[in-house]
Amino acid sequence: MPPVELLLMLLLLATVIVVARLKDLFAAAMLTGIASLLAAGLFVLMDAVDVAFTEAAVGAGISTVLFLGALSLTSRREKQQERTRILQILPILIVVATGAALIYGTWDMPAYGDPDAVIHHHLAPDLIAETENKIHIPNIVTAILASFRGYDTLGEVVVIFTAGVGVALLLGGLGLRRSDGRGEEES
Amino acid sequence: MRPPSRVREMPILRVVARALVPVILLFGLYVQFHGDFGPGGGFQAGVIFAAGLIIFALTFGVEALRQVVSVVLTERLMAAGVLLYGAVGVLAMFLGGEFLNYTALDPLTTGHHGQHLGIIAIELGVGIAVAATIMRVYYAFVGRRPNGDGEPREPALGAEQGGGAS
Repeated sequence: MPPVELLLMLLLLATVIVVARLKDLFAAAMLTGIASLLAAGLFVLMDAVDVAFTEAAVGAGISTVLFLGALSLTSRREKQQERTRILQILPILIVVATGAALIYGTWDMPAYGDPDAVIHHHLAPDLIAETENKIHIPNIVTAILASFRGYDTLGEVVVIFTAGVGVALLLGGLGLRRSDGRGEEES
Repeated sequence: MRPPSRVREMPILRVVARALVPVILLFGLYVQFHGDFGPGGGFQAGVIFAAGLIIFALTFGVEALRQVVSVVLTERLMAAGVLLYGAVGVLAMFLGGEFLNYTALDPLTTGHHGQHLGIIAIELGVGIAVAATIMRVYYAFVGRRPNGDGEPREPALGAEQGGGAS
């Protein structure tokens, strides 16, 4: 593994271990943002700039703000819990088993960047060859998301809209909706 | 964590935010409209644009932001973004193509720019919907009170009254 990737991976590992062990929720929220930023750096090194963009903006930016917003409603420190021995050990066992299964699963995957991997011979050559002729824009990722898979993206936007409506209905916000159904907005 | 009123009085934060927020918003627009040439697109642009506005709210108070983008406006824009996306698809049907087949938008333009036009339009819909949704979720979070009855009492993160960007 190239040294920059290795460094980022080790920093990421250290960050998530610290997050798991911290009792200070404010510091944990900040470190979660740093973990997202490190992950975004890794995505950039893998040439997945669109994904890195999203990870940096959503993971390091918006979710940190929302964590802090939630944190301002509760106490800053995690409550100490009385836990039996088995409850202390069981979670780490489950996590280690899941991680081992995932690593075992990667053994069957083609090597990273392998040009002979199946995924690079199914649709990718057609999309790379035809985007220029059919869509007339240089960014193939945008062409796939917006045009070739326009239905999927429409579905995703509807999902985001539904999530926003769900949050608005569940949490309300700023006490705007009154029982008479009329907003007191537009202040 | 310092209470928001103290944050509001920190000159460094105020000056830096005042200088950074316009740049972040401009960068969001760049990512939005350059997404067909470089990395990015509607989703990332919407998030960046909303993040810029949220930084403004964190520094100058959520009341200052609500004077620019009201809660009702975010709710309308959420729906407007989705409807813009769907309308492009329906427009393509009226012009003789399939739903979301942007090539059918050709008659509107002089050349063969139907695809390009369609992608810009739907990415705009995505960007509007995403930015408005994130703003609405942020408003929902700062609008919560620790006692949970939804009445504004002790404001949460950046949410207290007054202040403003004056």
